[in-house]
Amino acid sequence: MKADIVIIGGGPAGLAAAVAAAKEDCSLDILILERDSELGGILNQCIHNGFGLHTFNEELTGPEYAARFEAQLDGLGIRYMLDTMVLDVASSSVTAVNSTEGVFTVDCSAVVLCMGCRERPRGALNIPGLRPAGVFTAGTAQRLVNIEGYMPGKEVVILGSGDIGLIMARRMTLEGAKVKAVCELMPYSGGLKRNIVQCLDDFDIPLLLSHTVVDIKGKERLTSVVIAEVDERSKPISGTEQEIACDTLLLSCGLIPENELSRSCGVKINPATNGPVVNESFETSIPGVFACGNVLHVHDLVDYVSEESGRAGRSAARYVKAKASSEGPVIAIRNGNGVRYTVPSFVRVNGLEDDLVIRFRAGNVYRDSYINVLMDGETKLHRRKPVITPGEMEQVILKKEDLASPPSEILIEITEI
Amino acid sequence: METRELTCINCPLGCRISVTMEDGNIISVTGNTCKRGYLYACNEVRMPVRTVTTTIKVTGGEVDRVSCKTKEPVPKDKIFEVMEAINKASCKAPVAIGDVLIEDCAGTGVAIVATKAAGNV
Repeated sequence: MKADIVIIGGGPAGLAAAVAAAKEDCSLDILILERDSELGGILNQCIHNGFGLHTFNEELTGPEYAARFEAQLDGLGIRYMLDTMVLDVASSSVTAVNSTEGVFTVDCSAVVLCMGCRERPRGALNIPGLRPAGVFTAGTAQRLVNIEGYMPGKEVVILGSGDIGLIMARRMTLEGAKVKAVCELMPYSGGLKRNIVQCLDDFDIPLLLSHTVVDIKGKERLTSVVIAEVDERSKPISGTEQEIACDTLLLSCGLIPENELSRSCGVKINPATNGPVVNESFETSIPGVFACGNVLHVHDLVDYVSEESGRAGRSAARYVKAKASSEGPVIAIRNGNGVRYTVPSFVRVNGLEDDLVIRFRAGNVYRDSYINVLMDGETKLHRRKPVITPGEMEQVILKKEDLASPPSEILIEITEI
Repeated sequence: METRELTCINCPLGCRISVTMEDGNIISVTGNTCKRGYLYACNEVRMPVRTVTTTIKVTGGEVDRVSCKTKEPVPKDKIFEVMEAINKASCKAPVAIGDVLIEDCAGTGVAIVATKAAGNV
């Protein structure tokens, strides 16, 4: 089998990359490989609204947002294969398997990695206790309720205040369950402020910051969890334990980019994001292999996924045409005080489409601070922000003309007043 | 005089808005960064509304349920009545995105529309 561009994963990143690549060059043969039985990825189970404010200027639910992209595939001649699992990726071929073709290889000129991320499971959290039924990741519960139509339980405790946990607190409540508490290990929430208001405050669900689960009880089915307050080193404080009767524990404790395929093909991984190191064109350390969406770094907003993926898709299309990556001056982007990572990691000036968007996350909560951008030590941007938290991605936009005489490095830092 | 502190839920910026009121009248709105935030704050102190998103049973379809939402936001205190009405109802396949599944849900005057398509078996 042959294709110009193979896109691995048909979720929001894969769909946006495919559509943008086809619009860049309509003669390209683009193939999406998706392991699920429908396109749309995680958007299918995200039935809540709030998607698309940036992309479509209206507020859509997840399935509606996905449908806007899917509707464009046929017209653009983009092919896709469902129920197809990719086994191996190289720069000019992708090997996959499904029940009709068996194992097959697609020869291609470019690959876009769009595999998304996975939830951190109980086994990775080291929660002591028994192993009863009733412990789910929040995303599994979301799929059970919203797609399969099953309620995982009636009395719920949620560990972790990431957005999926907050959304599920509301969803379980709407369907008649009692959500007794949301516990968060950190002294701040990992979710968006608006979700705390509309998912917890609206239903009087308590958010217990600096709390964690220290025991899980129940032989066949979960009967209770023991929670405790933690100190500043995240260690449980003896004497603060309280037992909460419940039949369900949902875990919303972080997302991990799913990079098994990227690693096996030798793409360089950034330890801060667990995703590939990419340049301004979203190209990885292997020429012709691009990455975008949550496989690259975990996003809060699908709109930003679509925007970045569009850029990755267009870059892949241009790569196929030129058969080479751009040459020319390279600018390194360095993480200064308070900045945990940036995407991209470096910029080839000749590869810039237009303005340079640098997205990053803070390592801590900052109040009344400044985001500074320094080029070769000289401050180019100094912007005040009332609140910066690790749970909300930040961005700076640099104009292309500001990079006309390119610096050798750009430093991004957060300073307190 | 009474001041209420709100967090705007219109977009992920989550602006903190202060609304000052006297005798039920809004005297000032501060902290919002856009017009939507102003409207949110005014609604929130007078009559808070929310869009309800859930799923509804489908008969004769390739799937057993599709996702749906209230076409417009409904009063916050009607959320559970709206949920009850949707959970009692069902719709017939095929369903297209935007199809009206319930005309007037729980006396709110607001329709329930499909947010996902479902073909026939």
